[in-house]
Amino acid sequence: MARPTPTAARGKQVILPLVGEGIVVARGGRKLLDDIDVEIDGHGLTTILGPNGAGKTLLLRVLAGLLTADRGRVLWAGRRLDRTRFPNLGFVFQKPILLRRSARANVRYALRAAGRSRAESRRRAARALAEAGLDHLSDAPARVLSGGEQRRLAIARALAVEPEVLFLDEPCANLDPASMAAVEGMIEQARTHGTRIVLVSHDIAQARRLSDEIAFLHRGRIVEHGTVHSFFTAPQSAAAEAFLAGRIPL
Amino acid sequence: MQDFSAAFGHALALLVALDPDLMEVVGLSLKVSLTAVLCAGAIGFPLGAALAVARFPGRNALVTLVNALMGLPPVVVGLLVYLSLSNAGPLGPLALLYTPTAMVIAQAILVIPIIAALTRQTIEDLRIEYDEQLRVMGVGPLHKVATLLWDGRYSLLTALLAGFGRAIAEVGAVLIVGGNINHVTRVMTTTIALETSKGNLALALGLGFILLAIAIGVNAVVMGLRATAVRSAYA
Repeated sequence: MARPTPTAARGKQVILPLVGEGIVVARGGRKLLDDIDVEIDGHGLTTILGPNGAGKTLLLRVLAGLLTADRGRVLWAGRRLDRTRFPNLGFVFQKPILLRRSARANVRYALRAAGRSRAESRRRAARALAEAGLDHLSDAPARVLSGGEQRRLAIARALAVEPEVLFLDEPCANLDPASMAAVEGMIEQARTHGTRIVLVSHDIAQARRLSDEIAFLHRGRIVEHGTVHSFFTAPQSAAAEAFLAGRIPL
Repeated sequence: MQDFSAAFGHALALLVALDPDLMEVVGLSLKVSLTAVLCAGAIGFPLGAALAVARFPGRNALVTLVNALMGLPPVVVGLLVYLSLSNAGPLGPLALLYTPTAMVIAQAILVIPIIAALTRQTIEDLRIEYDEQLRVMGVGPLHKVATLLWDGRYSLLTALLAGFGRAIAEVGAVLIVGGNINHVTRVMTTTIALETSKGNLALALGLGFILLAIAIGVNAVVMGLRATAVRSAYA
């Protein structure tokens, strides 16, 4: 089976503090991200919150180095992204991208890619699957798992390599309450273990439950960035106020 | 019609009796074509995958060329291999002309573009699906190619099958470089052509049946494997 050889020799790239300066992404003459300045550091969980079409996923992808901004720059630990070095991050897409392999092989693949030995990968994969409540499905093809199980597998795979930062794009979209609780439990646990988490959501209740800080995005601009308490008790912008009141911000 | 019936009956008798001449020709055909397909796969799979993954100036032209080479005329390939292997050719000292090895080379050249082109398409689709996930995992280009080939393996069986179909049914190139020498380079297709011209329809028909059976059998096995893989979500 094709497994990547260890990449640890390339060295891991430190990400925090993660800084975006003057980020602009435009498509068809329209600015989807408009001069965004953002800094993510320390511990905890930052939710990029906003209505549909605000540019949340786009911003997440730019910060994770998956997309290059048309203007501005992203700095990981004060440096521009170095693609020759191993990105010490996890990214869980809204629709998880799972390899055509078993659940266990998916996790082991990520571990091997991160430079872990075969024996360690085997051990860590078993532990990651157990923590995700998927140990009984270890040998099942990843793509036949349910939506909730796939989401948990994708998070378990991302967390298995102990990333410095975990990026989550709408991790609970279209999940039933039980699956959502299971996914949120994994996110809480990762935060407790010191993983810095950046999460994209439009779910106000979830943002309130999970976040330490909120970056509220509206029409491609961050209009508020502060603690979860200040955001929910005293929103500073009309757009955030409208969003929290369940109205479409103008 | 009577001749045809007699030939048909005679052909069946040869098959049932496992006629040694018939079996020798069948054996050599399978050996040459399977070896050619394996060699072509060893080159065509990585080449197709590299074309799917790499981005470089002239890539589109190269993809177009590989696609166009799927329709390579066998006699032209046979002629080029003949010229290369003949005494005056660059590979003349190897003394490979009129040997099964020459036939393998000719068939492999015909099959490589087929496997490479089909692999490129399959792997390109998979790359689009996997690309961002592999990037965030820090997987380098060579590992990416290996991963895509492994995860696309059931789909790639189709490429292998198409290549085998081309090789086993090919007559022009192997006739030129093999020479259709009895007990040395005589394969099913060249024997069918020869025996038909001699009026020995029984042997030609018998070989025709076997050729058809092999084609259908290989197709059935590969399709069965692929269906199993699809059912278990590995394809």
